[in-house]
Amino acid sequence: MKEPVKSEFGTVGEKPKVEKKIYNRNLILAGIIAFVVLITFPIWNLQGKSVPPPDPKLDTPVIQKMPEKDRKCIEDKNYMRNYHMQMLDNWRNQVVRNGNRQYTSLSGKKYTASLQNTCLECHSNKSQFCDQCHLKCWPRASWRPN
Amino acid sequence: MTDFFKLHFFIPLGIVLALIIIPYVGYMANQQLVLAVVIPYLAVLIFLEGLIYRVIKWARSPVPFRIPTTCAQNRSLPWIKKSIGEKLDNPETTLQVIGRMALEVLFFRSLFRNLTTKLRRPADHPEDAKLYYWSYKWLWLGAIAFHYTFLIVLLRHLRFFTETTPGFVQTIEHVDGWFQIFQPTVYLTGIILLAALTYLLLRRVYNPNMRYISLASDYFPLFLIMAIGTTGILMRYFFKVDITAVKQLALGLVTFKPTVPAGIGVIFYIHLFLVSVLFMYFPFSKLLHMAGVFLSPTRNLANNNRWVRHINPWNYPVKFHPYIEHENKYRQAMKEVGLPVEKE
Repeated sequence: MKEPVKSEFGTVGEKPKVEKKIYNRNLILAGIIAFVVLITFPIWNLQGKSVPPPDPKLDTPVIQKMPEKDRKCIEDKNYMRNYHMQMLDNWRNQVVRNGNRQYTSLSGKKYTASLQNTCLECHSNKSQFCDQCHLKCWPRASWRPN
Repeated sequence: MTDFFKLHFFIPLGIVLALIIIPYVGYMANQQLVLAVVIPYLAVLIFLEGLIYRVIKWARSPVPFRIPTTCAQNRSLPWIKKSIGEKLDNPETTLQVIGRMALEVLFFRSLFRNLTTKLRRPADHPEDAKLYYWSYKWLWLGAIAFHYTFLIVLLRHLRFFTETTPGFVQTIEHVDGWFQIFQPTVYLTGIILLAALTYLLLRRVYNPNMRYISLASDYFPLFLIMAIGTTGILMRYFFKVDITAVKQLALGLVTFKPTVPAGIGVIFYIHLFLVSVLFMYFPFSKLLHMAGVFLSPTRNLANNNRWVRHINPWNYPVKFHPYIEHENKYRQAMKEVGLPVEKE
């Protein structure tokens, strides 16, 4: 059905129906598809396969030998998980710059501030403990395992 | 005017503060599943659907005539040569259009030519005031700093969504944490992002003219992205959360096996909720210039009107009304008042 266009002189023409279409369809669709593919990269990269969460093991001989109630880290588990990097950094500063090897935990217990002698004494299984997160799913470009 | 400003400034600020309180309340009410799974999925769906809808809607509008805004000479006499810059500013071919668009999208060329005006007293006529124009690159600098740091921050987050961090993300992190200060290493982009946003906000508040034309929809994205950046920085450096649990959550989302690991701090949920809101808001806001820049007819068309005929799709065969018909109709009346006629 064409719509007539009227003026003071009567019908002067017929309005054509402008075709409803996507102009430059191929370009537009290519752009949309490229964008969607780009931002769904994590989805098709993993293709739905489940990634097991890191599983740091705590069954070293030293820990096993401890009585059940003393099996505690310097601070509580959550604190250690979230802040161990800052704690180690503070230890380094206080040991190297001030020569102070004493660390008092929040519960008041005293420890020697030393990665080698305190942390790794219990956690002697670096590959099953540290590397579980640090190498497998949390590699840092500037963190070099040796 | 003051009230107008207050309304458009403080309402979005209040909304963003409310958007921070909502996930906090949700966290306290143990609604982690809604906050970490339902809302992010919904946000991504709305984002994609809205973006595609808007792009298709734009693509349906015919642009029958070429309307590029040009800043250089069009094709002229053969001995008037166009330099490469003039070709990019007044493109004649598709290749030149691509060059122009690349400059616009990657380097924000139109902002780079931003000018400022000032009334100054000329030295020779100190009683006069003369209008001076000169280059004003601060807006360009703020915009480019914001956009690129935001992109880098976004790419850095790929670490959470991939099993083994892709090499290019590690390279980005390495360069980003170049100075290796503090523990964890400070990423420069985070700081530049917030600094650029602060400038973009102050620019609107400080200048009375800008303040007058700034609307709630201008302030809201600024406040929202500032809140996202601030919560992100707080989470990385100060109120740390269990990052392996966060990664487990993110991987669960992209592999469609969503799990909500226990023990992630509330600040993570606030951050995630604000990002979800940004994604949902995106297709309905000015932020959609991300897609719109590619579809702006004043930039993406070659200026070839002079030698290519572009036909309007709604053109119709016009019934002309020539003079002779007019005269045939009114000949008698024209004769009576003494007007000259072509035919007796």
